[in-house]
This record gives sequence, structure tokens and C-alpha cells, in this order.
Amino acid sequence: MNNNNDTKGIWKVIGASSLGTLIEWYDFYIFGSLAVVIANQFFPKTNPTAALLSTLATFAAGFIVRPFGALVFGRLGDLVGRKYTFLLTLVLMGGSTFAIGCIPNYDSIGFLAPILVLVLRLIQGLALGGEYGGAATYVAEHSPAHRRGYFTSWIQTTATLGLFISLGVILLTRHMLDADPAKSIAKFNDWGWRIPFLISILLVIVSIYIRLKMAESPLYAKLKSEGKTSVNPLKESFGHKANLKMVLLALFGATMGQGVVWYTGQFYAQSFIENVCKVEFDQSRTILIWAILFATPFFVVFASLSDKIGRKWIMIFGMLFAVVSYNYLFTNLYTIADEKTKTEIAEKHEVKTILTPIASTSDSVRKTVTKTFYTDGMSMVQTKTDTAYFTPGKMTKKPVVTTSKTINSSDYWKMVGIVFILILYVTMVYGPIAAFLVELFPTKIRYTSMSLPYHIGNGVFGGLTPFIATLLTTIYVDNKIVGLMYPIIIGTLCMVIGAIYINNRIDPEVDR
Amino acid sequence: MNAIKKYAGLLWIILGPLGIHYLLQTASSEIAKKPGIDTQIQWGVFIVVFYPIAIGFILFGLYALEGNYDHLPEASTELDDYDAKPL
Repeated sequence: MNNNNDTKGIWKVIGASSLGTLIEWYDFYIFGSLAVVIANQFFPKTNPTAALLSTLATFAAGFIVRPFGALVFGRLGDLVGRKYTFLLTLVLMGGSTFAIGCIPNYDSIGFLAPILVLVLRLIQGLALGGEYGGAATYVAEHSPAHRRGYFTSWIQTTATLGLFISLGVILLTRHMLDADPAKSIAKFNDWGWRIPFLISILLVIVSIYIRLKMAESPLYAKLKSEGKTSVNPLKESFGHKANLKMVLLALFGATMGQGVVWYTGQFYAQSFIENVCKVEFDQSRTILIWAILFATPFFVVFASLSDKIGRKWIMIFGMLFAVVSYNYLFTNLYTIADEKTKTEIAEKHEVKTILTPIASTSDSVRKTVTKTFYTDGMSMVQTKTDTAYFTPGKMTKKPVVTTSKTINSSDYWKMVGIVFILILYVTMVYGPIAAFLVELFPTKIRYTSMSLPYHIGNGVFGGLTPFIATLLTTIYVDNKIVGLMYPIIIGTLCMVIGAIYINNRIDPEVDR
Repeated sequence: MNAIKKYAGLLWIILGPLGIHYLLQTASSEIAKKPGIDTQIQWGVFIVVFYPIAIGFILFGLYALEGNYDHLPEASTELDDYDAKPL
């Protein structure tokens, strides 16, 4: 595997593996990105908060089943081979994504709708659990030893690019359904949200076709021809102390911290900008899109650097920079859009009230829209919806108030810069990790052994970051950045463990 | 460095049960504050997921205390030894 001829076909291998993995991430993310729309479609509308929580719980369930997917498909990958296993995960992921786009909503088929969504979401989680380990292992086992970090980094970019494409497809679809933007958004919320799910099937078919033409990993094929493959990968991975200790080290010293840094930088940052800073839908998403676009090349840069100086310290410093600067960076995000720091243009202040009569009563739904403009160019729209009762003195207990801010260009790019830094940390911790994990375990049980710590770190610790962070803000309501406590504590713990226990580099000749 | 690895193992062994205790305490107080199926499911999921992870963390501490991390594989030849030592 060390001569130049072996590298000739590597780009074909990377292309086939990365495309499939990219599609799987895309499939997985569109569900999370459309959580609110899906809540309206599939969960009872009587309690919107319950509906949203149900979707978030479904989202979390998608992440929680990932470790099980890692076990099921990791075992299969070590028993029958990498190629067919990650073909299967691709079919399951593509099929379930397409099916979500076809399910009639709650109003049409009742509770069967959310149940079907939940089941399909669980299948997505299982499939993703099997995909990544297979793709990373497959590429690593084709790579020349001294450039394993560089070549596997292309797999590492797929998660972020999958998010990038999912956001792009959602924004495009949301604005192209009608010439009138308001009507287009209404159509998107009604039926257009299905489009991103449905188009996935085309991408999956292309990817399956490409992957079918690929050969089995040479290292695995060699083991198989020699009859040296594992008979019981689960037992060998987790029933032997020498391997189990490495699984635990990979989890607590690397993937746990990497997971929270990743999800804080990409998902919690976007959620924070939209829900805490109250920046409007399109801006909050395009800020992330630009930051991803600028930061993604650094996955390759840091992974490539790890081939030269080792994986350990790049990942550890990524965690260190993150935990030290999170409070500062998120406080800055909040301050940028904080109306209290701005001067209002009083003469441009607008208030409009619309009354819509409620059938067979004398009461009306009252919508009060307040537009406020600021000297720096920011504008804020507050919409208060309550019931105007005919009976004097009767008032709505808790009116629904939504706030949406459109920030000026300079503040917009400041936010892009901050999110770029957050994603830069992601590239430091995530770029080298595929090569790091591959080098910890022997070929015969590599798929199983590396998949579990990866998916517990990313699926459980990382995937629950936005959920736990949001939960913390509901417990400690006065502190806007209290949600960061979770990634800071987990990131610090992992950083300390990684610094103490992990070797900077393992022998690159991982060919057994 | 090996001494730090070992003594830090004690810390991880203690942190595991402490983490579980904190989780159970927070879960019970949050469920009491907002009783309802949503809260129960949410905290139930957290407990089910983090409980085995905490046990893994204790095991990690135990391995560290026993000196199992004093020497980690530095060459691929050492990776083969995994087969030879069942728990």
C-alpha cells in the first residue's frame, strides 16, 4: 500500500465513498433543519410546544439509535466486508428519507403519521450509524500510510457539506415555489418541504450505481482470502480488555469532545442565532452557509497536517480553543443583534393591528405587528397574537409573541466571522479523527471497534448538544449563554483525558 | 506520566457515580417541576443513554488505575495482540 501506483485509484475510491456519505448526511440533516415544519405536519397542533418537543425528541432518537447502527452494521462490515455493508446503509437511508417525503400528514391519517415518521427516523439513525465507519475504513484501507489523514479528510468534509447542501436546498425550495415570497413560504410549509426529501432518491440511485462498481477494500480482501477475518467482531471488539480499553479511550479522550465541539459550532450556533439572537430565518441560515463554505477546506488542511505532526495535539488544541473562547464568541453573537445596544429611529416606528373575527363568537384574533428601525440599519418585527374579547375586561392569559430581526450587512459578516471561527475548531477536532480511529484498531474488527465510539461521541454527546443546551436555557432563564455549560464541561473533560492518555502518533503501518 | 495516568483513574472512577447522581437529581427535580409525559420521556431518554456511558467511564478509570494505559500500542504489530488477551 505504500507505492505510488496504489494511490492512482484512490480518488475514485474517495469520490464513491464521499458521495454516498455526503448524501447520507444530507438525508439526516434535512429532517433536523425542517423540525418546525415537520412538527406542524405530523404532530397534533393543539399544543405547538409539545409538537416541537416531539420532533426534537424524534431528532434525538435519530442520534441515539446511531450507536446501535454502529454495532449492527459494524459487525456486518467486519463479517462480510465493507463494500456491501455501506451499500446497504445507503439503501436504507435513501429509502427512509424518500418515504418521509411521501407520508400523508396528521390531518389525513391521524396518529399513524407521527408513528411512521418516528420509525423512518429511527431507520435513518441506524443507517447513519453504519455508514460513516464503513466509508472511513474503506478509504483508510485504500490510502498510502503516510497520507491517511489527508485522504480520509475528504470523508470528514462530507458531514459539513451535507449540512451545507441541505440548508441550500431548503432555502432554494422555500423561495422558488411562487413569485410572491410570502406565498412561496406558505406553499413550502404546506407541501414544498417534501421536495428536499423526495429529490434525495435521485442522488441515492446515482451513488448506489457508483458504489456497486467499486471493489472490496484491499486489506479486508486480503484478510478474507487468508481466512483471517473475525468470527465474532462484537466479542473481539468489546470482550477483550486490550481492545475495549482502546474503545473507551477513543470515546472519552477524543470523540466525546469532538462531538460537542462539532455540534456546538454548527448546530447550536445556528439555533442560537435564530432562537436567542432572533435573527430572521434566511439570514440565520445563510450565515452558517457562508461560514461552512470558508471553513470546510480546513478539514483537509488539519488532517493533512496530522500526517506530519500527529493527530493528538491538533485535536486537543481544537478542544482547548473551543472551551476557552465559547463564552466570548457567543456573547458577541448575542450583542451584535441586541436591540438594547442600538438607537431606534422613532419616526419610522410602525404598529399595525389586524382583527380576524372568530366564527360564531363576537371575539376576534388580534394580530399586532410592530416594526422598529434602528440607526445602524437593523430592523425588528414583533408579532403579538392574542384574542380580542367582546366581553370587557377579559384578556388573553399569554399572548404569542414572535420576534424577527434583520441585521445590517456589517453585523451579518461579523456573525459569519464568528461562526467561521467556531467551525474552524470543528475542522481541528474532526479533520484528523477518521485516521486517528482507524489507526487504533486492527483490520479484522476495525469497522465495529471504531464505529461505536464515533457514534456515541457524535450521536449521543454531540447530537444532544442543541437539545441539552436549549434545556439549560429553560432552567436558567436569565442567562442567555448558559447552554454552553454542557459543551464546555464535556469538552474540557475530554481534552484533559486526551492530553494525558493518548499517544501522539501510532505507527503508520496499520496494515494488519 | 504513568503515575498521573493511574491517579487520574481514581478521579474518573469517582466522577462516574457523581455524574449519575447529578443526572438523577436533576431529572427528578425537573419532572417534579413540570410533570408531564414530555418531561418524563425527555429525562428518561437521558438516563437510559448516559447510565451505561457512566459505567463505561468507571471502567475506563479502573483500567487507568490498573495501569492498562501505561503503554499503548505504538506499532501495528502490537494491534495483533488484541486477539490474545480475553477479559
